[in-house]
Amino acid sequence: MPKFVLLWTDAAIWLLVLALVAYVWLASRRTNLRGTWRKVFADPAAMASAVVLVACLVVTLVDSVHFRSKLPPAPGTTAGVVAYDTRTRSLLDAALASLAESRETTYSRPLAYESFTKETVEQGGRPSRVAPRLLHGGAHLTDPAAQWGGDIARLVAVGVAWGVLGAAVAFIAVAAGVARRQRSGLGTAAGTIWRGEIALPWRVALATAAVLALAIGIAASLARAYHVFGTDVTGNDVLYQTLKSIRTAFVIGSLATLATLPLAVVLGIMAGYFKGWVDEVIQYVYTVLSSIPNILLIAACVLMVQVFIDKHPELFETGLERADLKLFLLCAVLGLTGWAGLCRLLRAETLKLRELEYVQAAQAFGVGAGRVMTRHVFPNVAHLMLIVTVLDFSSLILYEAVLSYVGVGVDPSMNSFGGMINLARNEMSRDPLVWWPFTAAFVFMVTLVLAANLFADGVRDAFDPRSRTFRPRVLKPAAAAKP
Amino acid sequence: MINYIVRRSLYGVLILIGVNLATFFLFFTVNTPDDMARLNIGGKRVTPELIAKWKVERGYDKPLYWNEAKAGSDKLTDTIFWERSVSLFKLDFGRADSESAGDIGTEVARRMWVSIQLALPIFILQIISSVSFALLLVMFRHTALDLAGVVFCVVMLSISALFYIIVGQYLFSRVLRLVPISGYTGGLDLLRFLVLPVILSALSRLGTEARLYRAMFLEEIGKDYVRTARAKGLAETAVLFRHVLRNAMIPIITSAGGYLPYVFMGSLVFESFFGIPGLGAYVIEAITKQDFAVVRTMVFVGSLLYIASYILIDIAYTWVDPRVRLS
Repeated sequence: MPKFVLLWTDAAIWLLVLALVAYVWLASRRTNLRGTWRKVFADPAAMASAVVLVACLVVTLVDSVHFRSKLPPAPGTTAGVVAYDTRTRSLLDAALASLAESRETTYSRPLAYESFTKETVEQGGRPSRVAPRLLHGGAHLTDPAAQWGGDIARLVAVGVAWGVLGAAVAFIAVAAGVARRQRSGLGTAAGTIWRGEIALPWRVALATAAVLALAIGIAASLARAYHVFGTDVTGNDVLYQTLKSIRTAFVIGSLATLATLPLAVVLGIMAGYFKGWVDEVIQYVYTVLSSIPNILLIAACVLMVQVFIDKHPELFETGLERADLKLFLLCAVLGLTGWAGLCRLLRAETLKLRELEYVQAAQAFGVGAGRVMTRHVFPNVAHLMLIVTVLDFSSLILYEAVLSYVGVGVDPSMNSFGGMINLARNEMSRDPLVWWPFTAAFVFMVTLVLAANLFADGVRDAFDPRSRTFRPRVLKPAAAAKP
Repeated sequence: MINYIVRRSLYGVLILIGVNLATFFLFFTVNTPDDMARLNIGGKRVTPELIAKWKVERGYDKPLYWNEAKAGSDKLTDTIFWERSVSLFKLDFGRADSESAGDIGTEVARRMWVSIQLALPIFILQIISSVSFALLLVMFRHTALDLAGVVFCVVMLSISALFYIIVGQYLFSRVLRLVPISGYTGGLDLLRFLVLPVILSALSRLGTEARLYRAMFLEEIGKDYVRTARAKGLAETAVLFRHVLRNAMIPIITSAGGYLPYVFMGSLVFESFFGIPGLGAYVIEAITKQDFAVVRTMVFVGSLLYIASYILIDIAYTWVDPRVRLS
């Protein structure tokens, strides 16, 4: 039995998932919330990006179960004493063990079978420059120059087959769900989805899922024998690094925004509700905070966190735990420094709400201030909280890259998009050009951020009463004419 | 108006005091100077003597708030708090923490001009490009062009600024060889060094800003005065430029003004990527060298600029919109 390690960010991520489940349960029971969320998912872009985000969330969750595997008992140790690996690994690491361990010596191009850099070897008494074969990439080929193309084609075909299978399973699963709901046959439901005659854009979601399934299928199939995105300077697989970076991005995006909420909500509502000196003090505090350029404040705090970590080596056992503590504290710093904007919004909204009749009625009935704020004011500003949270998610992922570049981001030993871009900076000035780590980071990061942005737009359009526009639900006339 | 500016400035001083107390707390109370010395000397070379020497060199060996050993007013002034925190208000920043670096004040004064040379063109180009792009989209609102433009904006804003820089440097400096990759010089030659960072910086924020401004314009366009203007027979361009643009100026100034501090502070990332020795690059250097004194000073300078620019924005309001009275 391996020893399970609960890292700080793991605990936070799983708590977050619990909270998400609780929210979904709550939202499904409240008619108004359910209606608004239906509106979010009725937006095709939001639906498609939700699929991408869920895929990233799955990667994050798999990467958030950490353990240290048991080492085989070494000779000479007493029985009963169990030694554990010094490396803390996650389920994702275990699943991708072949990728993580297939390390080359240095750069290699995507899908290459020989190294990117040439070496001088003795051939028939004369030194000659050749690119050596890779240890893992295409190692099974006996005559690579002739077999390579065919082998790649075969693996891609296998991957496509798996991808199609996955997409078909997804389609049937959704069709079955719709069929149960509509109390119709599976075939009818499948037809409705295929022709787009259904309120929610399932067709778009399934198309996105199909593209994802194909991409995953092809990548997984190729990754068994090659480095799909090549290897980096120390020979590590780039695909593995990008997959690991998803968790870092997700943790920063979600935890840092969540960390802003308690302060912003409590102080914002208090300032708006009590007015007077409470308002003055809170306004003063957040003006002080927001008057410091954000990146400097974060840099200052992170430098202090570094000193703190230096001083307390007892808080972590392995290198990963240290990096994780740093990431957790970085999220806390981002939370502590970033609450001013939301607080200002909530204060303004509360100032408006407290003058409304229903709040005054509650006050007239003698309801206490705390209860009015939690029961009457908070639910009516919650939509602002939600909108700002989802909007901040993507900007924080982008911000992480900048912070890592500045040197106050995540630990260099932890995979992150910022770290990859940082390295890419030197690689892009090499000759010949090393473009693949940069491209891989770009593709994954843009996909994630774009999905987050589109989803955030959908949430804002649905939840913000100001941007609520009349959108007639477009159903094809054929569907409308059916009895 | 004078009255208002004085009042705002006084509140600004109050805020600066808050900033100062917060940074002092963060830098000297959460962690002691000993910890800083240990991190700064680094590695296995740390000995108590070295720490003591490091502290004496930088004046961190004094008591924090109250110096019992001194007489008279020196009790108060010969302390870390006075020398490192109160004296910032006299714009006396003291020396930097790292070995070779000199006085922070002269460095800040010198680098600020470099930063302005880069950041002012960026600021102007950014506003012009994003406002005109937004106006273009609004002119073709509810058409396929508008939709394509919005999609373009969303894609643009999903790309990290670092990608723009790396691809831009690669494309324009390495492949096309139009401009040098990075560097800085005096005189007219400077233009060659500045043109790429200016364009890339404006480009990297185009998506975010154009989308924001488009929303602002669309909000204005639904108002009654626009209908009146159309009803009296004005051409669409006249409506947009003479009426909508002027009325949308207020929210635009508010959002663009948020970047004003960075006109002086410089953009950290762009300066350091393009090797321009401005304040932004100074901060990054300080962070990598873990120079706490410089970071602390820059926090102060940054908030000073922030407060100053918000007063400037308020004055700009009265200039753009005659209805606004500052009182």
